[in-house]
Amino acid sequence: MSVKTLKIDGKEIAIEEGATLLQAAKEAGIRIPTLCHLDGITDIGACRLCLVEIAGINRLLPACVTEVSEGMDVQTNTPKLKEYRKMIIEMLFAEGNHVCAVCVANGNCELQDLAIEMGMDHSRFPYRFPERDVDVSHDEFGIDHNRCVLCTRCVRVCDEIEGAHVWDVGFRGAAAKVITGLNQPWGTVDACTSCGKCVEACPTGAIFRKGATVGEMDRDRSKLDFIVTARELKQWTR
Amino acid sequence: MDKIRFATVWLAGCSGCHMSFLDLDEWLIDLAEKVDVVYSPVGSDIKEYPEDVDVCFVEGAIANEENLELILKVRERTKFLVSFGDCAVTANVPAMRNMLKGADPVLRRCYLELGDTTPQLPNFPGIVPELLDKVRPVHEVIQVDMFLPGCPPSAPRIQAALEPLLRGEKPVMEGREMLKFG
Amino acid sequence: MDITELQEIAEKERANQKEIRVHCCTSTGCRAANSMGVKKNLEAAVKDHGMSDRVQVVGVGCMGFCGNGPLVEIDSKEKLYEQVTPNDAESIINSLNGGGIPTAPEGDLKHPFFARQVRIVRETSGKIDPERIEEYIAAGGYQSLYKVIHDFTPQQVVEEITKSGLRGRGGAGYPTGLKWATVAKMPPGQKFVVCNGDEGDPGAFMDRSVLESDPHRVLEGMAIAAYAVGASEGFIYVRAEYPLAIERLEIAIKQAKKLGILGSQIFESNFDFKVNIRIGAGAFVCGEETALIASIEGGRGNPRPRPPYPAQHGIWGNPTLINNVESFANIAAIIREGAEWYASIGTEKSKGTKIFALTGKVKNNGLIEVPMGITLREIVEEMGGGIPGGQVKAVQTGGPSGGCIPASLLDTSVDYESLAKVGSMMGSGGMVVMDQDTSMVEVSRFYMEFCRGETCGKCIPCRAGTVQMYQALTKIINGEATEADLVKLEELCEMVKFTSLCGLGQSAPNPVLSTLRYFREEYLALLKQGVLNGKVAVHG
Repeated sequence: MSVKTLKIDGKEIAIEEGATLLQAAKEAGIRIPTLCHLDGITDIGACRLCLVEIAGINRLLPACVTEVSEGMDVQTNTPKLKEYRKMIIEMLFAEGNHVCAVCVANGNCELQDLAIEMGMDHSRFPYRFPERDVDVSHDEFGIDHNRCVLCTRCVRVCDEIEGAHVWDVGFRGAAAKVITGLNQPWGTVDACTSCGKCVEACPTGAIFRKGATVGEMDRDRSKLDFIVTARELKQWTR
Repeated sequence: MDKIRFATVWLAGCSGCHMSFLDLDEWLIDLAEKVDVVYSPVGSDIKEYPEDVDVCFVEGAIANEENLELILKVRERTKFLVSFGDCAVTANVPAMRNMLKGADPVLRRCYLELGDTTPQLPNFPGIVPELLDKVRPVHEVIQVDMFLPGCPPSAPRIQAALEPLLRGEKPVMEGREMLKFG
Repeated sequence: MDITELQEIAEKERANQKEIRVHCCTSTGCRAANSMGVKKNLEAAVKDHGMSDRVQVVGVGCMGFCGNGPLVEIDSKEKLYEQVTPNDAESIINSLNGGGIPTAPEGDLKHPFFARQVRIVRETSGKIDPERIEEYIAAGGYQSLYKVIHDFTPQQVVEEITKSGLRGRGGAGYPTGLKWATVAKMPPGQKFVVCNGDEGDPGAFMDRSVLESDPHRVLEGMAIAAYAVGASEGFIYVRAEYPLAIERLEIAIKQAKKLGILGSQIFESNFDFKVNIRIGAGAFVCGEETALIASIEGGRGNPRPRPPYPAQHGIWGNPTLINNVESFANIAAIIREGAEWYASIGTEKSKGTKIFALTGKVKNNGLIEVPMGITLREIVEEMGGGIPGGQVKAVQTGGPSGGCIPASLLDTSVDYESLAKVGSMMGSGGMVVMDQDTSMVEVSRFYMEFCRGETCGKCIPCRAGTVQMYQALTKIINGEATEADLVKLEELCEMVKFTSLCGLGQSAPNPVLSTLRYFREEYLALLKQGVLNGKVAVHG
């Protein structure tokens, strides 16, 4: 396998062909913010937080799905990118009903973390207070659509790792939401194996374990990593 | 130098931010040396928001007509206004009633549907302030000069935000030490 | 089927055609105004008058002057009748015998609306029965396909299209030849040719008309493309809202297959090409090529990041050529007349013709096919007849992705570069003329409302940004916004434009940006003056 050399934020990097810019940056210790990305599942370039500037390309490209190429000169943290990222996070806060004070994931939430990383101290966009529902028909888990940011990690983790494809996206535009089965109560979806991978994958408190109250939700992401990499790493027990 | 004319205001919120403010404990004594507390539910007994306030911390969202009236007055009379805590910054818990779309459905839900013995809608014009149809964060109604989110912001963060202000500087609201939601 | 058989069909068809052909439009627009009733009465009148031996009533496709339908044309006499009712039918047929004057108003075929048109894509639209392949063949149809299969190598076809200068008619104007060359260069194997008929711009109906009026022309273009790029299978993606187009495509495919023009061993060669119809469920975003592919594959019509481009990685991972209906409909004529001929029409960088759906406050509404390089003024004032009793304020082109061009720039040439330079775009061909009473802020909110409803919701800037832009525009219209809101709106437009995943989001701010560019004073007039020393309501 051939090696490509490139520059990210001025730093010289050599990495194998086929790697993404996100992987290259990670290897070089450069942090690019992400939300829809989750190690082990397909990248979809949807959240647009990992957009980077590449010299000679007149549009911004998502680092998660852009492959490295020889001589690339990448900037990951220009003032413009920072501003766009901040606006994206502000729009997310304004889009749903993210009431951290009463959320199970308070203190353990990637959306909160991103807000702080982007230096967001308030949303410049008016809050929309949409009417969204909560589905607690499943025995062990619940989904609160008020907290969903539509990253579709649950959809991918269920489809690609568990192979159950319980989750999908329904409807369009502002009405778009993740759905279980054929948009039916989660508890009635026979395909669900109750494996809980969607709970581990969710970046916010949207998908939660029943019984957890404010700030009590914790996740075990290493469980997902283990499932994805165990065979390769020959780790037969955990 | 004259003392800084300092105020705190409590709108639609649980007063937790003010409690957190009181958690500053002995630093409050230092603070009292540098500021005149000209209006505050926890530090003064003055009923009318005064003129020429230098710095005001506003806790709570704008939920009723009294909140609205007061915040407009506060803005007019204040040089530097701080949105203090999540209710002021995001409308937070008070705004969860926005999902019911309007003041009337909220009152009906609370006082009629969930009323146990004598269900009736509260109605005392001029005494009980009318609810606004939509609860809004402070900056959606007036211009805000600084945001200090948190539910509540911890005492050390309040102190870290106040100290530069006492020196006439604007604090840099960045990083985990200064920013927190929830 | 070989060339002599093809010619035999053509000759037989021509021999069978009667002396007088009465063309009655049976496309969607005229149908909605009861053209089928007109046709029925025309047929009855011919029979009643005993004229069946020399008069034939033909249900044809769109004649273009849709605003004045139903339309009936006496082909050999160059007479056009407008707004024909079933009651007028008798008098029209009677007039063919020299008996009186038809009761329906007679149209002026010498009017610039017709006279300034250059018909390539629409050369047989409104002239032939779209449900009979023989009529298309009699008009020279499928000769180009025969020609490329027997006289051209695939490479030569690609070269010919490249030389013609044809660019994508879906709106972005990517050189068609280059697209074909990319797919052709991919290693041999399963490849697909896709016709994008997911026309969705408000006010645009060019592709519907082409599919309804001349489906074989599109099929021929697709087959030529398939031969050129080495594909053996194709899809036509049509919206479910176009039932007549779907019906006629189904008929056309069936007829072509029966004659051995589609399917296996076309024209007794080794070239196979099978065409399937895929019906879209009405999502605007499915016009975006990666979303369209996802939809064809049976998935949710969501776009995905490019690269990889469909030319490398399309349907089920195979190289896929996607062109718009109008692009394909140009191909047969280019092969027949030659690339030089095609390249002689239009401007230096935009060749050939473009169909526009001319609508809005303009006097003459309908479909026009004009050479590239014509000015907007010629289209709006001469062909469209201007605005009766009013003034043109702006012309909107490119639909929700385009922009509003002010009256002061009406002399802008209609070509890809000039339209982009003035902040709009060619688009798929919607052209809405607005008068002095139109609020440009309302116009931009209209398009934003459209985008807000049609964004797929996958990427955040488009999903949340269109809603925020819509809210900001509403606030301005309600007179509640300040200058700070306007600044924020502009920042938001920029962000959505540069960060969205697909063309829908990237172009969604265009109507706002172009109206801000030319009609900023209308926005400013709606802003409220700040009170409380300008310290009120910056946000919300």
